[in-house]
Amino acid sequence: MSIEESIRQHIIDNFLLGESSRLASDRVSFLDTGIIDSTGVLELVMFVEETFGIKIEDDELLPENLDSVENLADFIRRKQGVQQPTK
Amino acid sequence: MCGIAGILSLDNHKEIKRELLEDMVLIQAHRGPDEFGLFMDEGIGLSHARLSIIDLSTGGQPMADTSEKIWCVFNGEIYNYVELKPELERRGYQFNTTSDTEVLINQFIEKGPDSFNTLNGQFAAAFWDCRSKRLTLVRDRLGIRPLYYTVADGQLIFASEIKSILLHPAVDRKIDKRALDEIFTLWSVLPPKTVFEGIYEIPPGCYLTVEDGDVRVNKYWEPEFPENGGEDNRTLSALVDELKDLLIDSTKIRLRADVPVGAYLSGGIDSSAITAFVKNYTPNSLNTFSVTFEDKNYDERTHQLELADYLGTEHKTINCSYKSIAEMFPEVIWHTEKPILRTAPTPLMLLSGLVRDNNIKVVLTGEGADEFLGGYDIFKEAKIRRFWAVNPDSEWRPRLLERLYPWLKMSPSRTKFYLQTFYRPGIDNPEIPQFSHIPRWSTTSKIKMFYNDSMRKGLADFNPVSDFIESLPAGFDRWSYLGKAQFIEIQTLLSAYLLSSQGDRVAAANSIEGRYPFLDHRIVEFASKIPPKYKIRGLVEKYILREVVRGLIPENLRKRIKRPYMAPDAVSFLSMDHPEYIDKYFSNDFITKSELFKPLPVEKLKEKLSGLPSERIGFKDNMSFVGILSTMIFMDRFILNFSKFSSDKIEKWRSKGIKFQVRGENEHRRKHSTAYN
Repeated sequence: MSIEESIRQHIIDNFLLGESSRLASDRVSFLDTGIIDSTGVLELVMFVEETFGIKIEDDELLPENLDSVENLADFIRRKQGVQQPTK
Repeated sequence: MCGIAGILSLDNHKEIKRELLEDMVLIQAHRGPDEFGLFMDEGIGLSHARLSIIDLSTGGQPMADTSEKIWCVFNGEIYNYVELKPELERRGYQFNTTSDTEVLINQFIEKGPDSFNTLNGQFAAAFWDCRSKRLTLVRDRLGIRPLYYTVADGQLIFASEIKSILLHPAVDRKIDKRALDEIFTLWSVLPPKTVFEGIYEIPPGCYLTVEDGDVRVNKYWEPEFPENGGEDNRTLSALVDELKDLLIDSTKIRLRADVPVGAYLSGGIDSSAITAFVKNYTPNSLNTFSVTFEDKNYDERTHQLELADYLGTEHKTINCSYKSIAEMFPEVIWHTEKPILRTAPTPLMLLSGLVRDNNIKVVLTGEGADEFLGGYDIFKEAKIRRFWAVNPDSEWRPRLLERLYPWLKMSPSRTKFYLQTFYRPGIDNPEIPQFSHIPRWSTTSKIKMFYNDSMRKGLADFNPVSDFIESLPAGFDRWSYLGKAQFIEIQTLLSAYLLSSQGDRVAAANSIEGRYPFLDHRIVEFASKIPPKYKIRGLVEKYILREVVRGLIPENLRKRIKRPYMAPDAVSFLSMDHPEYIDKYFSNDFITKSELFKPLPVEKLKEKLSGLPSERIGFKDNMSFVGILSTMIFMDRFILNFSKFSSDKIEKWRSKGIKFQVRGENEHRRKHSTAYN
């Protein structure tokens, strides 16, 4: 499973409770569309740390890192030091 | 459910009185009011109160094997007796009955204590070997069925309930202050201790042997978890399939009975799952039972009714008010035989009464899923606190606790204060064994401010937490964070409180037997190997169980977040028309006489909480109030006025004209006539 797929699946299962249509694309903003609230971001961070084995600092809790599937996947790859999407 | 009792003379000099043996089961006759039996031989006496469930006509006890070598009294069920019996028959064992008891006895003759690990069930039993003069007492793996013992005046005295042991004239009734301190820290007394000095519980998964006056306790089973979360090479769907198959089988064999079996429905996913298994995989029609609460803060009726409707069960409910809790609570303490910090067992005693009124003796219930599949908030709390521990200085990380405890959403400064004060302790060292339970135990310990000076002095060198940590099994340090938290919860909450005060006792009070499909040891052992990420996924608890019941229960119930089962606490006793006993037990007089708490703060607590609505009484005050009240009821009934309370109970049963069937008399006579010839 790619990083994007794994994130998407988590968002759909845990925040959209199966209503995948609300996540129209990987660029949809989690916060603007109300998919995730402020503590939801932390829930997402916990999932990311657990799944991808990285540690996220307080000053990295920024929308450009975490606010969409695409942003988050790019961020994870940067943290992992991986250039290409893993399949 | 049954009640057992017995006396073994350790030095063969003391006479064992038949009337005492009778009284010892009559005081617990609620456990089994269908039949009463006795066995007496030199230096040994066994007695039994039976709740007839399997083999109604010939399953009476005490029972022996066909050669009358082993005599047994037994409380519980061996669900796999059907599977064990053919093998025993092949080996030449003969059977006089169709009961599980006789299979238990022969399995014991065949394998000795090694037989215990072959049993699938819930059991507390005593085996007397007439030839080797050896007594063996055993208790099931998780302690579903109770068993206590003491040694006094050259005799070993044992019984299903402590009150039965207290009837023996040589037994002292002295409160163990350390045990009390454990309750006011860990929520329960840890075995082998009980609240009574010198009276012990046979710990879950253990057996006791007495031979030539030598008493030994051995462990045959203990929960364990794999190192670092365990094997992760199986897919989620393979694990879901195996868990589902196990649960279906576990539920099926728990329907083995010659009487109808019902089920409790709490509105949560665990009891829903069991009911759905019965409905979908067995031919049984099902009666279901629920408690509803007058106080809407605790009520779950919408979910209970939705499920009963969906599965088409014959559903009955009983409504619990503040008044019903207050009226029943002293009697609840008579059954728990120890102080408790919550009223939660009370509605369950009301519920078992409803089951009894509907002529049902056996109910399936969902206990164990939360412990073994990761359902409790305390597990999620530990997960979040570990997430915080990754960066202890983070301002953000602890705020995830707001997800778990919405009441934490206050003003930013107050929230920060709460997080730092209650949840921060331990964050700097998340690997210490008790990490998960630090917030709970330190909040609970606040009750100790009510201790009087002598209590405080007496406990100066006692620390319940460090004693408990020392008792943890080897290898504990290498388990996953969740495995550790689960083990602590199983030891301190499941066996010592949920299955006892809130399980066996309040069901047995109304002659009801609870059966627990999630506590089948095959499930317990399988579940411990499921990786933590499938138990708690993100912050979704019991994730794997939700997958198991996909398609079996309505989707909204399947996805519901767990709501802890609770009942109204202090408010039940302090509303307008409170019972008279509250004034008595909280009086300066009574508190002083009981010599445990300081009278003034206790009185102030009662004043402070009087008239407050339930949502305005905090966690700590509720626990203090219920803890002190239950301790005072306990003092009254078990320490100060035991002879009055006990003789009333025994008299109640004696007046029904109960007859004891004396068993093994023929053998006894034969033996003695041989001796005289």
